Order: sequence, then structure tokens, then C-alpha cells
Amino acid sequence: MLTSYLPVVLGLLILYSFVMGRRRIRVAADAQAVRPHSQFGYYGLYVALWCGLPALIVVLAWLMFGPVIVDAVVMSSLPDQVTAGLDSAKLGLLEAEIKAIAGGVVFGEPSAAVVAAAERLNSLRGISSTAMFVVVVCVALGAIAYSRRRVAPDFRARNKVERTTFWLMVLCSVIAIVTTVGIVLSLLFESFRFFQLVPFWEFLFGTTWDPQMPIRADQVAAEGAFGALPVLAGTVLISVIAMLVAIPVGLLTAIYLAEYAPGRVRASVKPVVEILAGIPTIVYGFFAVLTVAPWLRQMGAAIGLDVAPNSAMAAGAVMGIMIIPFISSLSDDALHAVPQSLRDGAAALGATRRETIIQVIFPAALPGIVGGILLAVSRAIGETMIVVMAAGLIANATANPFEAVTTVTVQIVTLLIGDTEFDSPKTLAAFALGLMLFVITLGLNLVALTVTKKYRERYE
Amino acid sequence: MNEATSHAGSVSVQHAHDVTGMPTKVHAREVTVHYGEKQALFGVSMDIPANSVTAFIGPSGCGKSTFLRCINRMNDTIDICSVGGRITIDEQDIYDPSLDVVQLRARVGMVFQKPNPFPKSIYDNIAYGPRIHGLVRSKSDLDGIVESSLKRAGLWKEVSDRLSEPATGMSGGQQQRLCIARAIAVSPEIILMDEPCSALDPISTAHIEELIDELRENFTIIIVTHNLQQAARVSQMTGFFHLGKLIEYADTGDVFQNPQHSMTEDYITGRFG
Ligand SMILES: Nc1ncnc2c1ncn2[C@@H]1O[C@H](COP(=O)(O)OP(=O)(O)OP(=O)(O)O)[C@@H](O)[C@H]1O
Ligand SMILES: [Mg+2]
Repeated sequence: MLTSYLPVVLGLLILYSFVMGRRRIRVAADAQAVRPHSQFGYYGLYVALWCGLPALIVVLAWLMFGPVIVDAVVMSSLPDQVTAGLDSAKLGLLEAEIKAIAGGVVFGEPSAAVVAAAERLNSLRGISSTAMFVVVVCVALGAIAYSRRRVAPDFRARNKVERTTFWLMVLCSVIAIVTTVGIVLSLLFESFRFFQLVPFWEFLFGTTWDPQMPIRADQVAAEGAFGALPVLAGTVLISVIAMLVAIPVGLLTAIYLAEYAPGRVRASVKPVVEILAGIPTIVYGFFAVLTVAPWLRQMGAAIGLDVAPNSAMAAGAVMGIMIIPFISSLSDDALHAVPQSLRDGAAALGATRRETIIQVIFPAALPGIVGGILLAVSRAIGETMIVVMAAGLIANATANPFEAVTTVTVQIVTLLIGDTEFDSPKTLAAFALGLMLFVITLGLNLVALTVTKKYRERYE
Repeated sequence: MNEATSHAGSVSVQHAHDVTGMPTKVHAREVTVHYGEKQALFGVSMDIPANSVTAFIGPSGCGKSTFLRCINRMNDTIDICSVGGRITIDEQDIYDPSLDVVQLRARVGMVFQKPNPFPKSIYDNIAYGPRIHGLVRSKSDLDGIVESSLKRAGLWKEVSDRLSEPATGMSGGQQQRLCIARAIAVSPEIILMDEPCSALDPISTAHIEELIDELRENFTIIIVTHNLQQAARVSQMTGFFHLGKLIEYADTGDVFQNPQHSMTEDYITGRFG
């Protein structure tokens, strides 16, 4: 296929245009015996950008719209008696069948019209890709021809190149933003559809969560089986347990590292603690299910306590271990950022090291520490793997850490696993839960950001 | 006393008593300081009179701060720093292993080059020292100490109505006076000041110089400064350091008008340094 050579051809053209632009300005400068406005390389870059960017835009546009147009042409060329009386879903099926046949996968005995359409699809696709190759190469050559004529000693190539790279960077950051906005919008949109089936307040404050029960949409609202409260309670319980483990351990680690450890120890211990953050969460999941949960059960049995095989405690404790490095590392940074002059000031007043840390260093670093903790909390709330493996599936609004609970993330996983229909409330509920999670973590992150920002303005 | 030390040192000890008429507060003999392998102070000996202002001058890196920090053992906080020789305050050896550094630093306050208020309220900054040393029984006692310290530092009028505001919101000069008030609040006997005015404008500097002159009544003040006029204005005794040695130590008038050592003369007339 011709198109597979396109990247190579385009690459060579770009390289050529760079070399050509640079040589051209050198020759022109020598001929007129003047110093060009910009360095030689800028003229090369200028021509190369002209060669590459429009061609790239054409390729992207072609890839995006080409197939859509081809499909539309094929579908509209189907004989009327084939499409007559088909609704959009059936038409979609038909289109999928044509595409499958075009790809060489034949189910049953398709009608002649469909086979013909598949052949037409294949030939149109071939034409489209050849046309793309030709058009792209023409665009690149045209752009080279246009831009090379502008290469002259008084042409401000540097300014053009700088401006173009500026816009390229803007474009890249826009892509990130647009993607985020798109995801949020789709969350909002699907959640909205969900709230048309299940009232918003019922979702938010309902106390029963049993998404498996409803079979028809009209039963759902009647039974109120989509109350997110018990699920949210599970998330809160597990996050609280995780923070109870992570905050003391993480903070004391940070204080040791920042205030007591000799430089050599700090330099080696800190990365080791940070490795904890690099362990895949599924490994923590094993650890929770296979080690911590049985151990908790044994302990519970020994003192006459009934511990469920899947307990909030096991999941929460392991999650706490996972987020220790978030807290210890960020708090250590915050403590380290407290100027030495404050330590000296306190020491000169006769404060002991402990007094200095508790009364001067810690309060000064508190905003940074709080920021770190909030980030860790949102991490805990969004964590999925450990709780899927260790926490349980049944929604259970309890404060007993030894019972099984479920969390928002676990429910999203179970809602979307297996056969799903895209407009059943069960599937849509996943979006609503996702939205809820997003709002909570967004809120926490916003608080964390504001607090840390305030902290930056603190000294000086 | 070692023969190798500068004679200026021993001569000046006599001067000290002559000029200020005050008893010796800090008595240093043969003080040496090493930072790791590097020696920063070579046998410094001096007697610093009580209730007077003693200024240390000398070119950058000559060991003024190092010596100052020996007097409240702030050098202890630097791992690689080791101090030799003998320093006594009121006849008590401050490097005696049985001495409590916390107690020492309550007696010897320090003000740093850059104002370093704690990121707390103005009130809490002053109250910090009295609180950790358990100097007060009641809130009203503490209020009293805060007020009197701020008054002595000449800051009361400016801040009396905003004691609960963060100290970091004050101007540089105010912050430095706050740090002085914070040092005063624990009622030390000696206040060490390491270039306290170098980050301040002339007006704030004048404020602090006045303040130092008033504080002399109740405290022994030792100040490091690069500003020779300032040393001449505020101090009664002046010590000139060079390359880790105390070259000349005498009453301020003599050092500036009639220096015994040619190096001192060169320095104060601006010929080197
Ligand atoms: N923490 C330290 N570690 C290693 N060497 C140090 C340390 N502090 C000071 N020194 C060295 O000790 C010597 C004396 O330094 P010191 O700070 O006492 O000079 P100074 O007279 O106060 O200078 P300045 O007027 O610039 O403040 C210098 O050579 C310096 O490099
Ligand atoms: Mg110094």
C-alpha cells in the first residue's frame, strides 16, 4: 500500500526542505554580501515547517473524515429495496455486516447487493488512500515551492519560526484541555440520562443500592435501588481507615527524614519509600486478599471478633500503606522548604529540637502537608484495584471496619462488567457514580491547590 | 595564656575595664574553631564588658559570625564544626558538658542578619520564648511580657492594635525589631546581633541603632557589622578580625582614632577589605 510509505516520504521531504532552505539563504547571503536577518538554520526550519505542518493537517483531516464519507457513499449507493423499511439500528447492523465482509469475514449467505456494496467499499477505500497520498505529497511540494521563494536575507525567518512553535505549543495544551473537557462533558451527559430514569435526590440520598434487581426501567424508580449512600459510605470508611494508617506513618517518616536523618540517610531512604508508590496496585490487592485479610480473620477469631473474609479493614490498611509515600514525600518537601533561618531563630531562643519542630517548623509547613494529605485522600477515594480484590461487592452502610463494604469504584467496575446495554439504568449508573467520584476528588484537589498556593506566598 | 596570641588581645583586656568601667561578662581564651579540616578561628582571646556594646568588624569571611556563634553555642547545630579553647560567661564555662544548652540560649539571645519571624502572629512570636521556658504562669503575665518587650523594641505603637496579625506581613525593619523584641522577651543577659541592619533601609537602621543604645542599660550587646560608622556610633568596644585572628581589640574611640595595628588602620581608612 502506498500510504504506508507516506511517513517516510514526508520525513524525507521535510529533511530535504530544511537542507534546501538553509543552503538557499547561504547562497543568497553570499551573493548579496549581507548578513541575513536570522541564523541560517531558521530559514531551513521555516521551509521545513511549511513542508510538514499543512501536510500533517491534511493527513489528520483525511483520516478523520475520509472513512465517514466513504461509508456514507457506500450506504447511499445501496439499492432501495435493501434499505427500505430499516430503522437506524438495523441500518447500523447492515453497515457492520458490509464492513465485515469487506474485511473478509462472511457470516451466513449475504445478499448480492451487500456483497457488491462490500466490494465497492474496498475499492473506495483504496482510492481514498491513494488520493490521500497524492494530495499530501502535492500539498508538501506546493508549500515548499511557496516558502522557498520567501527565503531572502531580509526575511525574518526567526520570528516566523518562533511564532509557529508558540502556536504549536498552544495547540498541544489545547488538546489536553479539550480531552479533559470532553470526558467531563460525556460524564455529565450520560449522568443526565441516568437522572432522567432515576431521580437525582434518590440517587444521592437513597439508602438501598441493588442495581441487579431492576429488569425494566419503570421498576427502578419505584424500588429506589440506586441509592448511592451505602456505596459512598463504603468509600468513606475505607478512605478513613487508609488515612488513619497513612497519616501518622507518613508524617513521622517525613519528620524523621527532614529534621533528624543525616543527609546520606535521607538521600537513600526517601527514594526507597517512594518505591512503595511504584508498586502496581494489583500487587497490593494480592497482599490484601492473601495476607492481610486471613491474618485479620485469625486475629479476630482469637479474640472472639467476627471478621468478614472481605473486610474494610484489610482493604483500608493496605491502601493506607500504598499512600504512605504520597504523604511522606510531599510532607518532607514541605518541611524541607521551611527556611533554615526559622530553625536557627527557634534554637537561639533556647527551643529544643522537638519544640522547634512541633511549634515552628510543623505549623510553617502545615499548608504544604495538608495539600499532600488531600492529594493522598483523593488518591485513596479513586483507588480501585485493592478494593475490588479485598473489600467486597455488597453495599453495606456500616461503620464496622470488620464487615465487608463496597466502594464507588468497585460498583463502577461491577456495573460495566459482562453484558451491558448502553441505555439501561444499570450502565448509566456507572456514569453517575463516576461523576460523583469526579466531583469529590476535584473538590479535594481544588482545596489542596488553594492551600498549597497560599503556602507558597508565606515566606518572603 | 599562649605567647603566640596577639598582644593586642591582652592589652585590650586592660582597656576594657578602663573605658567602660564594667565588669567582664564574657571571657574568651584561645578560642579556635574548625569547620571540618578548615580552621576558621585562631586563638581568639577577649574580655567583653557587661552592659556595653561591643562591635566586631573585619573583612568578609574573617570569622566574626563564627566567633559570635560560639558565645551561644549556635555552632553546635553545624555538624562539622568543632570549637576549642575556653569561653566563660559570668565565670561559668559554657562548653562544660554538664551545661544545658537550652538554658545557655535563654541567657544569650541572638538576632540574625535576615529578619526571621516565625510564620505566626506578632503576639505568638514574642510569646514563643517565654512559653517554652515556662517563664509565665498566666495569660496576663504573658500579655505583660509581650507588651513590655514590644515597647522596649520601640514597636509597640506601631503594632499594638494588630498583635494577632501574621508577623510576616510587617516591613523588614519592623520584622527585625520584632526579632529583637522576641529575643528580649526571654530576659537574656547578652544579646548577639549578626549584621542586624544589613537588610534594612537607613531609617530602620537608625531606629535599631537607637534601640541598641537604650538596650545597653539592661543587656550586654555584641554586634557584628560591616558598617564602620555604625560600629563607631553604637559601640563602646571594638574588635577587628582578620583571617580568623583577632588583630586588635580596644575601646571604640581608640580603634577608630588611634589604631595600634597598621592592618586595623588600613581597614578603617578603606585601604583594604
Ligand atoms: N557552616 C560552615 N561550614 C563551613 N565553613 C564555614 C561555615 N561557616 C563559615 N565557614 C567558614 O568560616 C570562615 C569564617 O566565616 P564567618 O561566617 O565567621 O565569616 P564572617 O566574618 O562572619 O563573614 P561575613 O562578614 O561575610 O559574614 C569562612 O572562611 C567561611 O568559609
Ligand atoms: Mg557573618
